[in-house]
Amino acid sequence: MGAGAAHSAALFLAMLVICAPGAWIVLNSLRPTVEIMAKPPVWIPRRLSLDAYTAMFGGLGQGGVPVLDYFRNSLIVSITSTVIAVAVGIAGGYAFARYRFKGKSALFLGLMLTRTVPGIALSLPLFIIFARTGLIDTHLGLIFTYVALNVPFTIWLIDGFFRQVPRDLAEAAQIDGCTPWQAFWQVEFPLAGPGIASAAIFAFLTSWNEFALASQLTRSVNSKTLPVGLLDFTSEFTIDWRGMCALAVVMIAPALALTFVIQKRLVSGLTFGAVKG
Amino acid sequence: MGTVTLEQLVKRYGAVEAVRAIDLDISKGEFVALVGPSGCGKSTTLRMIAGLEEITSGTIRIGGEIVNDLPPRARNISMVFQSYALYPHMSVRENLGFSLKIAKRPQAEIDARVAEASDILHLRELLDRRPSQLSGGQRQRVAMGRAIVRKPQVFLFDEPLSNLDAKLRAQMRTEIKLLHARVPSTVIYVTHDQVEAMTLADRIVIMRDGLIEQVGSPEDVFHRPATRFVASFIGSPTMNLFDAEIANDRIVFAGGDWLPIPDRLKNRAIRGRVALGLRPDDVYPTGHGLRSASGSQLVERNLAVSVTEPLGNETLVFVAFGGHDWVTRMLNPVPLEAGQTIGVSFDLARAHLFGEDGRAIATGD
Repeated sequence: MGAGAAHSAALFLAMLVICAPGAWIVLNSLRPTVEIMAKPPVWIPRRLSLDAYTAMFGGLGQGGVPVLDYFRNSLIVSITSTVIAVAVGIAGGYAFARYRFKGKSALFLGLMLTRTVPGIALSLPLFIIFARTGLIDTHLGLIFTYVALNVPFTIWLIDGFFRQVPRDLAEAAQIDGCTPWQAFWQVEFPLAGPGIASAAIFAFLTSWNEFALASQLTRSVNSKTLPVGLLDFTSEFTIDWRGMCALAVVMIAPALALTFVIQKRLVSGLTFGAVKG
Repeated sequence: MGTVTLEQLVKRYGAVEAVRAIDLDISKGEFVALVGPSGCGKSTTLRMIAGLEEITSGTIRIGGEIVNDLPPRARNISMVFQSYALYPHMSVRENLGFSLKIAKRPQAEIDARVAEASDILHLRELLDRRPSQLSGGQRQRVAMGRAIVRKPQVFLFDEPLSNLDAKLRAQMRTEIKLLHARVPSTVIYVTHDQVEAMTLADRIVIMRDGLIEQVGSPEDVFHRPATRFVASFIGSPTMNLFDAEIANDRIVFAGGDWLPIPDRLKNRAIRGRVALGLRPDDVYPTGHGLRSASGSQLVERNLAVSVTEPLGNETLVFVAFGGHDWVTRMLNPVPLEAGQTIGVSFDLARAHLFGEDGRAIATGD
């Protein structure tokens, strides 16, 4: 009993640390700036309102933030770059897991090493290249960047999952009449599905949340993503904390929903049966 | 049902020759076991027949047709894997019907054939389960069912029983034998277990280091082993097989112990270094043998018992002779003690002799 209670207490504490900032953001998006800035802090809000949200979605033309444009940009960039990164990740991960070829380990190491470069160190070279090639302030530029950031990771993760799918299965499928292509889609792909799904979540969240590079490579409503859009709430002398928090909530919601949807499949997929007796 | 022919089949991995130019003819409906220690090339051979491994050179024919360059799906074969390789994300029913679904057979036919196979293998109640919900023996049966459903020309088995415990293995061995009787088919069965090979196969192919040592019926390879390796590999307990020198019509072992040369070999002028082989059935404590004395050439020695292994209906008695422990089989056993001296009969009519090159000079009958 004592151990159970301690366990629950520890869990509660951990969840509090993780969830409190999120809850604080949600709370702040619903109350006036005066209350947000109050010292000592006001823990229990006196009055809640959705003003920030109505202003955000309805306030176009009055110097408001073009949230819908940013949202659209974010969706286009994140989804496209995730789809590409996962597709390349599946192909690359499968190749690394199943085939032997010259320079395989060097190539794999090279891919992993790219992840040791801090993203921000890339911002200047990327900026110069993109400025020269006209990719600044375009969806395509951001998509390239995020695909490059995510591909080593998706390859690495998906490689690990394909390694766990026994070779025998694809061979059995081929003997059962499949072409190698069919064997892949009918047997290996569904079994590596959970890994591919988690790679997709990670790639999506990286693109969705990325700020440092996006702030350098975007200029206008043509390509600004939500994290960059948050900056619009700061002006020379004031910061609209309430609006910023409201936009943050808008950002968090789809990411959270996606994770929930995919996680369900992820967990059910992870319990697939052992092959041996 | 089809024939399988291997001609000068070679598999090389870099500088390593896994299979070295083997020839083999398997006729329709035959049950052939490839047996040998690990690394002998038996699994590689099977995988080449299946099309899962490229061949370096040589020819493979299935049903008369050269299949060298055909992918596995075009060879009309089924294979049962050591790991069973059941598709974990499909039910037993889907596993069984998978090959027919891929072949785009009508659903009614798939259902009928799955039902037929599941009746043969007693899988009826398990059809809606996932492989992870099955026991080892049940998975094994599903794997065989998946092979049967296709009605292939040839069944390939790759050590199908090695993941089962001893009791279940014996039971599944019997089931495979019954299955082969019920569903006549050409079978190539790879195993490292000589008991499986002996009990199941019409013909046994014994391989070592990528070469075929001997092809023959279970009786052949047991009673007339062509090489010293076959003699030591087949049979349990292992044949007593020791180096000796022939001099003056005597087979002399290290330390001076000797046996007379078998009568039937007297005029063959064999000399030099040989290996003498006698099965545990052919060396026995006097009066406790398997056979009557007629046709035997018995020589008796008084030897010290080093250890005994009682098995109930018989006892394995180890006796010291010629610098080695010989295993003898004692029927109608009586209690013996280590160190005790007993009379031991050597039936030289059944002795095997192998030359220095390992080839048989004379076999047991």
